[in-house]
Amino acid sequence: MTTTTTPAVRVTGLRRAYGEREVLAGLDLEIAPGEFVALLGRSGSGKSTMLRALAGLDPDYAGSVLVAPRRAVVFQEPRLQPWKRVVDNVAIGLPGRDARSRARQALAEVGLAGHERAWPATLSGGEAQRAALARALVREPDLLLLDEPFGALDALTRIRMHALLRQLCARHRPAVLLVTHDVDEAIMLADRITVLGEDGRLGSDVPVRLAGPRQRDTTEFGALRAHLLTELGVTESE
Amino acid sequence: MSTIDALTAAGSPAPAFREGRRELVEARTVGGRPGWRVPLPRPVRRLAGPVLLVVIWQLLGSLGVVSDAVLAPPSAVLAAGWDLASTGELSANLVASLVRAADGLAIGVTVGLALAVLAGLFRLGEDLLDSTMQILRALPVLGLVPLVIIWFGVGEVPKVALVVFATLFPVYINTYAAIRGVDNRLVESGRAFGLGRLGLVRHVILPGAVPGFLVGLRYALTTSWLVLVIAEQLNATTGVGYLMNEAQTWNRTDIIVLGLLIYGVLGLASDALVRLLERRLLVWRRGFGGA
Repeated sequence: MTTTTTPAVRVTGLRRAYGEREVLAGLDLEIAPGEFVALLGRSGSGKSTMLRALAGLDPDYAGSVLVAPRRAVVFQEPRLQPWKRVVDNVAIGLPGRDARSRARQALAEVGLAGHERAWPATLSGGEAQRAALARALVREPDLLLLDEPFGALDALTRIRMHALLRQLCARHRPAVLLVTHDVDEAIMLADRITVLGEDGRLGSDVPVRLAGPRQRDTTEFGALRAHLLTELGVTESE
Repeated sequence: MSTIDALTAAGSPAPAFREGRRELVEARTVGGRPGWRVPLPRPVRRLAGPVLLVVIWQLLGSLGVVSDAVLAPPSAVLAAGWDLASTGELSANLVASLVRAADGLAIGVTVGLALAVLAGLFRLGEDLLDSTMQILRALPVLGLVPLVIIWFGVGEVPKVALVVFATLFPVYINTYAAIRGVDNRLVESGRAFGLGRLGLVRHVILPGAVPGFLVGLRYALTTSWLVLVIAEQLNATTGVGYLMNEAQTWNRTDIIVLGLLIYGVLGLASDALVRLLERRLLVWRRGFGGA
């Protein structure tokens, strides 16, 4: 990692407490432009808290969180405005007269061409999440924040969404922070994986160096998974 | 081989049937037969009840079981309607009532909506308005009649004022609750995608409050007729209520029933109006792919 370029994210000494409970107890994290980082953690470990701080949705943190100004979020639920057609959901808050046509392009890119005028309620879970992805990408973010975006999808849809996300990231090259509890998902997608421990600090920081297309049945994959699971305090036989 | 033997015998296939009938049955016939059906279209069947009621009512009158002085039969009501319509009396009074309801509703709904938006969007608005509104809405509208007469006399104003008062609160209460009930996650997502305060109000909060507003509007329409019935029986010289009040003096039950029918039809019509609005404004709910 070169240190001469400005990073997309620089977090130093991030702390966040809810009442007595300190969820984040001094985190440091740097993400380079175009780098895909996965933040792994058990549920309730404060992963989403961290992402919300980066997204600007939680001003009550202590420490320093510097982010690229152009950022976009994909939440666990699609969070489309039910009363706006899909294309208007993607274009929401976009400035400029060409907002709609850009939204249309983004929808085509995630494979939702032809669904522009659909109401969100008519979309399947996977389609809605694609629309949410289009809504994020149309902003051409320098930083893409993903909060367990595939957690609510079925296993088959999730596999297709992984492929789509990889493809989109390769094309647009945003810096990505993916928050997930799914170890396999993290290994499949990320350049680097970091683990948020129960103590509210970041544990090991593991670069993912898997040659070629990533496959779950290789020994390297297995070794990495075992390592990360141990880090999370789980063993595979559990 | 008995069932038990079949179950316990190792390696032998499990029996399809433990007991009773030994053949497969069509799935939709299992668990009760479909009921006996009259081969009539549904609307016709639904109309049968009211029609039967009217027939019985007519028979009771025609056979002299119930006298006109107690309850005029449908034929008499129709005749009274025809008479009043041909002299123009009916339409004049109907228009008078409609104008009162429309005026009252226009003011009541506008004020209720405006107050709900103020209280819903601003903390200060909530503090200043909401407790007051919650207290005032507990007042029975019809209890205000003497006061309204003292304030506004006996012209149009007191009648319209009563409708305003009665329609304002359902609109306020439901719209305010709907604004406060908008899913915070949607607000957050709007914020995350660059909507400012005004944008959030326009694209997230107000559209989200429309269903609640429509519920309030429906209540308001129903209540407006209810209040008008009373208001028009007090010192009025026009209106459907006045017509009924006059009829009472002359023991004309046919005209009284006619008035009731008109109020009923007006109630149904206003309900249909709101439903039309709902169909227009809430397409997104019904999940149409595009009209």
